[in-house]
Amino acid sequence: MKFKGKVHKFGNDVNTDYIISGKYKFKTLDMRELAKHAMEDLDPEFSRKVQPGDFVVAGTNFGCGSSREQAPWALIYAGVSAVLAKSFARLFYRNAINCGLPLVECDTDQIEPGDELEVDLAQGVIRNLTRGVELSIKPLPAVMIKILQDGGLVNHFQKHGGFNFD
Amino acid sequence: MGKTIAEKILSSHSGQDAYANDIVIADLDFVMGQDGTSPLAIQVFKEMQGEKIFDPERVAMVIDHSAPSPLEGVSGLHALMREFARQQGLKLYDVGDGVCHQLVPEKGHVVCGDLVVGADSHTCTYGALNAFATGVGSTDLAAAMISGKLWFKVPESVKLVLNGRLPAGVYAKDLILYLIADLTADGVTYMAVEFTGEAIAELSVEGRFTIANMAIEMGAKAGLMEADEKTLAWVERHSRRVPRPTAADPDASYAWVKEYDVSSLPPYVARPHTVDNGVPVTEVAGTPIQQAVLGTCTNGRLEDLRIAASILRGRKVHPGVRLIVAPASRQILLDAMREGIMETLVEAGAAVVTPGCGPCVGTHNGIPSDGENVISTANRNFKGRMGNGKAFIYLASPATVAASAVAGEIADPREFLK
Repeated sequence: MKFKGKVHKFGNDVNTDYIISGKYKFKTLDMRELAKHAMEDLDPEFSRKVQPGDFVVAGTNFGCGSSREQAPWALIYAGVSAVLAKSFARLFYRNAINCGLPLVECDTDQIEPGDELEVDLAQGVIRNLTRGVELSIKPLPAVMIKILQDGGLVNHFQKHGGFNFD
Repeated sequence: MGKTIAEKILSSHSGQDAYANDIVIADLDFVMGQDGTSPLAIQVFKEMQGEKIFDPERVAMVIDHSAPSPLEGVSGLHALMREFARQQGLKLYDVGDGVCHQLVPEKGHVVCGDLVVGADSHTCTYGALNAFATGVGSTDLAAAMISGKLWFKVPESVKLVLNGRLPAGVYAKDLILYLIADLTADGVTYMAVEFTGEAIAELSVEGRFTIANMAIEMGAKAGLMEADEKTLAWVERHSRRVPRPTAADPDASYAWVKEYDVSSLPPYVARPHTVDNGVPVTEVAGTPIQQAVLGTCTNGRLEDLRIAASILRGRKVHPGVRLIVAPASRQILLDAMREGIMETLVEAGAAVVTPGCGPCVGTHNGIPSDGENVISTANRNFKGRMGNGKAFIYLASPATVAASAVAGEIADPREFLK
């Protein structure tokens, strides 16, 4: 799993209300519509600027707050290929893995807005193409890699008819 | 080696001798979804080729976040939930029944020792009943409805020992706001918190729900308490199921343990726009407010309404303030009516809305205007939480909210209780 794109950088404690406001999530199941409002309280231009493959990069505790799975979906449908942060809140973490959105824990202080990155989950490395530096990635537990490799929990269930981590 | 409450419950439900950081696949005692998360779960259920839910007695859905429906789109999602519930024979709590986190315990779906998931972050509320309860997303909810199981990483645990008794005018809400301010919004990310000590023992079960409810606001996966006589009596009153009290072993291993003395704690208020931005009420007293909200899964219980009524009795809500009251369930509304609490609140000038979540989550029932200050008994004050990113939300106890509604500005409730 290898992704290449530009960085959209945010701070610490980006909560799920910022990722997708509750006022939209209750209205529709149309993820393309929700994606238009992704991150809008922090950056109203986000959904227009983001290109397929881009990365959301943040500080600590990314995705804190509600259990809304619309948060990872809104990012996926906005075109985000992975989220890189110093740490993640657990509900967002769980939901993102289940939806098939890769999350990377790393030292994001070394990444600036607009940097071009190549993230290689299999090799466990981030290459900052703009700055010519490499960062190592904290590996994911085997269960999560399996779910991501299957393309999320839905595909995992379709493939195996239930949980199967053997 | 001894086990924490989390390790014991996840071991007994997975058949594995599990300790912190192990990954287990565990059997669930109860599964819950609300109207913000269930429609997507139903869609995912179908995508996963689900046909029947694992056990209709162990799954419930609650229409509480937008109840009654304020929008055509929402009405469609509610209809989808009703149809799914009918097909599957699962219990659906509909408009007016109340907030999911009040209903699941009140209707007896959860008892001590249970493993419960809910597609709502405040599912940790049931930890007050000595159950390991945690929030999940819609895909997890769908997988749980199909299989009756989920994967869990067994969390490390921390222990908060709360010594002393809360002073007059200071409540469970003040205590948890203080703890979150001290430990910060990600202070215990992914961990299970065990709340213990005299201050917890002294609290009613309702007060304990308030504390466990907000464990997620410091990042916790679960907020747990051991069962005592109060817990068992409460569970016996509400459920026919047999509780399985689960205590931590004396030699259980904790990431850390912290002790507090709560006996001189002042009322606490969380300032905009994070829950950990809390200060003693005296630091924000005098801040003008335009709206006050009493209710939610944190503080919409009978005891909360009773405390607010004790301050509002014989007083009037300030003419510049809208006081919105949303009891946490139909049963609580009925009990409060019988006790004369609703009469007191309405006479004082409160606007009572349907038992549900509305004002807290910005779906309807009280979206503030630009630049307005709101004081609320809810659990979140994020920018935009109540539906307007240009409003400012302060979180406080029912007493502080009631006192502030009368004063027209944030007020110290101790002045009103003299």
